Amino acid sequence: MKRFRSEISVGFAIVVLLIVLAFLAPSFFTRENLTDLALANMPVLIVALGMTLIVLTGHIDISVGTMFAICSVAAGEFAKLGLPAWGAGLAACAIGAMLGAINGALVAYLHIPSIVVTLAAMVAFRDALRWITQGAWVQDLPANFQWLGMTQAASNTVTFLIAGILAIGIGWGLRNLPAGRSVYATGSNANAARLVGIDSALVTFSVFTITGALTGCAALLNSVRFNQVPSNAGIGMELKVITAVVVGGTVITGGRGSIQGTLLGVVLLGIVSPMLTFLGFSAYWERAIQGLIILCAVGFDAVRSRLGKYAGDFAERTA
Amino acid sequence: MPDLVLEANSISKSFAGVKALKSVSFDLRAGEVHAVIGENGAGKSTLIKIITGAVTADAGTLKVHGELVPHMDPRVSKALGIAAIYQQPSLFPDLTVAENIALALEGRHAWRILDWKSRSRRAAELLHRAGASLDPEHLVATLGMPEQQLVEIAKAIGADARIVIMDEPTASLTEREVNSLFQVIARLRAEGVGVIYISHRLEEIAAVADRVTVLRDGESIATKRMDEVDRAELIRMMVGRELASIFPKREIIAGEIVLELRNVSNAVVQNVSLTVRKGEILGIAGLVGSGRTQLAETIFGLTPAASGEILLRGERVAIATPEAAIRRGIGYVPEDRPRHGAILEMSVAANTSLASLKKVAHRGLIDARKERKLAEHFVDRLRIKTPSVEMETGALSGGNQQKVALARWLAIDPSILILDEPTQGVDVGSKSEIHSLMADLAQQGLAIVMISSELPELLGMSDRIAVMHAGTIRGTLDRKDATQQAILSLALGHAA
Repeated sequence: MKRFRSEISVGFAIVVLLIVLAFLAPSFFTRENLTDLALANMPVLIVALGMTLIVLTGHIDISVGTMFAICSVAAGEFAKLGLPAWGAGLAACAIGAMLGAINGALVAYLHIPSIVVTLAAMVAFRDALRWITQGAWVQDLPANFQWLGMTQAASNTVTFLIAGILAIGIGWGLRNLPAGRSVYATGSNANAARLVGIDSALVTFSVFTITGALTGCAALLNSVRFNQVPSNAGIGMELKVITAVVVGGTVITGGRGSIQGTLLGVVLLGIVSPMLTFLGFSAYWERAIQGLIILCAVGFDAVRSRLGKYAGDFAERTA
Repeated sequence: MPDLVLEANSISKSFAGVKALKSVSFDLRAGEVHAVIGENGAGKSTLIKIITGAVTADAGTLKVHGELVPHMDPRVSKALGIAAIYQQPSLFPDLTVAENIALALEGRHAWRILDWKSRSRRAAELLHRAGASLDPEHLVATLGMPEQQLVEIAKAIGADARIVIMDEPTASLTEREVNSLFQVIARLRAEGVGVIYISHRLEEIAAVADRVTVLRDGESIATKRMDEVDRAELIRMMVGRELASIFPKREIIAGEIVLELRNVSNAVVQNVSLTVRKGEILGIAGLVGSGRTQLAETIFGLTPAASGEILLRGERVAIATPEAAIRRGIGYVPEDRPRHGAILEMSVAANTSLASLKKVAHRGLIDARKERKLAEHFVDRLRIKTPSVEMETGALSGGNQQKVALARWLAIDPSILILDEPTQGVDVGSKSEIHSLMADLAQQGLAIVMISSELPELLGMSDRIAVMHAGTIRGTLDRKDATQQAILSLALGHAA
């Protein structure tokens, strides 16, 4: 049970919020509203899956918002070149993977701290994109791009399916594949990981690359919901994604955490901002509340690890 | 009545309902070295923490220099002249020696202008009194462990400490460094300083202490003058039972050669040739910096050999990565457990299977049941004390963490096991268990390479002892010819 303690407390917070909403804004629970809300959060979830891997290895990637914008624009442009939606999506994933690989290579092989590498990527690529697009949005998209060329309902189902398969697949792989163990081992103790033959640098490189590819996928699924692609997408997305991961109980220094936790983190963050609207607060409070949630999550973490330390003392004395 | 600098009376302390100390009394005289011994968990650290004010006792009184101290905290304890030197020095690595000493000694005047010259001069003087020949302008990060400890001692002298607590100060020192530490202790004692000395190494305590207090399960078993007790009695008091024999070495007939090195060299290791046979324990002796650990890392593929040959069962092999070494049945339990050993965030089960995931996997997937079985097997076999194999390894005691690290390598079913300081920082009980396990493993046909700084361990456990100096093997001694003197003279670079 101990392993799920942090998940339980996030789950508890979600239930409390839902109860508050049930009393104060029952209209929140319409099928249409819930579908819209879930759909809008699928891109965050998909990117957060990758971010969980990165944070588990003890790193961070704050360039995901920028990569999201680049992949969105790329998906739109490829569609305009005549690729079908899935082809544009694959291209966006490939571009995301490439950007992620650049981050990963700098972190894993040149040992530059990930926050520095991805800060540089975040700023540089964002401005490069602005310069290339001159701020213009991608318009006149072909008809087979929006809703993946299907009905809106079918497209939504596909989006949920893809996000679900990715979440279950990555969560399952982390638990059941030796590669998943390598991620945890690298984040807990890179030295010890090296001694058991784990190529920690390769693990680090891979999680950044995977996150890039996932960001591309998220960008496509987000772009098809609109009839034009903004060139300034994903601003502030890194904050939301990292918050979801940390709130979900993944420890920012690596080695401990889970996909289930991240899923709950995304749900919690996903209901906070509409809750504000439904309760009549200004949307400007959203960021402040996000910040507060991070602080609570990390504070809770610190308290828990202090308690854990006492548990350790206990073991020491009783051994 | 000699001058008592510290009296602790009937100290009790519980954590979360578990009694860590039960009415323990302890006193320290001026100019005395008073050793405190006990297994891990006996309450030594809690006693120290109460004396330094890091934790507050539930009951009992503390008197320093005859005066009752109603409320001890770290600041009061420092003001009363109590200084503690821990196994891991607590220095700022990016500051110089002089700055570290100054930070410890000067008050907290954030805006005072610093007088660098006098700082440096004062540091030099204190280092000299601590018996250290160190440049005060060196960065602490560039110093070795023994040198860092000398800086800690200089800090204590500078603070005019009357009570100096040393917690396992020799854990990472070589024999020679231990001797120079003892000279410093003798000097402190001559100045009337009372020294509380905590160590697992009974030989050292015999050499340095005037009195000894034995703790067991939070109780003070006895306080004796050092000349009244012998080693066997101390061990009996610590563990509450007689250890059958201190070194459970078994006579075995060594089998065929499993591992052979021929003129292996790289950046550190110079032209090393050696052989290890099936069932044999080869001890590797040498001072810190003699290349012992690098030799192990060469065999294990961390720093591959640049020239020379490595043969496994007569077959020439190239071992370029740890992965290749593991595949060929070589296990390596490194020293410095927190950095290289068990992964503390992971469960006992995940730690045990980490180097042999292929074995617990079925078609590339980890089989949780198989993994648990494997871990349970080793928990049983190594007598790892844990409520379950799902327990986080970090919650176990140090000796048990070391056993988990060992389990990981036994799980690969190795034919060669390299152990680097296998019992460093481990309590007497676990130490003896690890030694019996090594004897068992050797009997079952494992070839063991054991690196150790502890001469009695080397002499007690090894079939042969290879002594290293300056990256090369200076000489190899057979069990029957090996003596402490012979090893030391080789380790210092003299010919055999």
